[in-house]
Amino acid sequence: MNPDPYLFLIIFVGVALVFPLAPLALAWLWRRFFQPPKPGQDKNATYECGVEATGEAQVQFRSQYYLYAIIFLIFDVEAIFLVPFAVAFTRLPVGAFIAILVFLLLLIEGLIWAWGKGCLNWAR
Amino acid sequence: MSEGVDEGLRSELQKQGVWVTSMQELYNWGRKNSIWPLQFGLACCAIEMIATAASRYDLARFGGEVFRPSPRQADLMIVAGTVTKKMAPQVVRLYNQMPDPKYVIAMGACAISGGPFKQGYNVLKGIDRYIPVDVYIPGCPPRPEALLHAFMELQRKIDEQKLTGAGKAEFLKPQQPSEFPVPAFGAHDLQPPSNPDVFRPPHLERA
Repeated sequence: MNPDPYLFLIIFVGVALVFPLAPLALAWLWRRFFQPPKPGQDKNATYECGVEATGEAQVQFRSQYYLYAIIFLIFDVEAIFLVPFAVAFTRLPVGAFIAILVFLLLLIEGLIWAWGKGCLNWAR
Repeated sequence: MSEGVDEGLRSELQKQGVWVTSMQELYNWGRKNSIWPLQFGLACCAIEMIATAASRYDLARFGGEVFRPSPRQADLMIVAGTVTKKMAPQVVRLYNQMPDPKYVIAMGACAISGGPFKQGYNVLKGIDRYIPVDVYIPGCPPRPEALLHAFMELQRKIDEQKLTGAGKAEFLKPQQPSEFPVPAFGAHDLQPPSNPDVFRPPHLERA
């Protein structure tokens, strides 16, 4: 008689549960009976390279960085979409062609805007 | 050695192919063969430490090859090199951030006493002023064999630590501190210049 094919799956799940949980339980028991916990200010500190942390963890980026975001989209993300578009160009249906044209148009709009704002001028 | 099992009975059982051990021996055996050092070097001794971990000297033979970049995962701090007064608070803080049980090897003359820079204004005269050191290795710098020897000495020390009873290991006693005060930068020196709870130099009687 063949065993149920799902039996192995159940055994696998059991092993997958016991394998990580057993060491955790052993470590917990060990801490409970032998090792006294010794928390402290340095030990509980977030930063772990020996230097004390200063300032707030929640920093805000300046909103002026949106220019970098736009230019990154135009010159980097756009290229990722353009390469497969160019490879599959001859087999594309009309709908997909129009969709990518709309996508390009949106990004070119951003390019013209950034150009007009002088973001592409070389800083002297 | 195990306290619970009679030595004669043990060897008698071993002849029959039965291996008897105790919790303490098993725990120490596992511990001493998987000492993870903290990955940091302070000066030229660190080059020797790197050589010890590399293929020619191969610290992995002793289970100590897993250099951890975080103090949270490290068991052993190898103070490899000159501890400047600028660096000492960071070293103490890293030691504080390591979980118990933790061990320290002072590697080389500088980590022991300041070495050739002892008379300098900016060098700490031994890391044992602030944290307890388990094994000292002399040398400038010590050869990788010397570090391996220190590692084996530390393994021997770990093997002898007791889990229970009055003579149990320090890190198992709840009243023993796991963190030591981090020195602050003073006007001329670190404040305090040494931790009296840790640093007890021999008092010299001069005739």
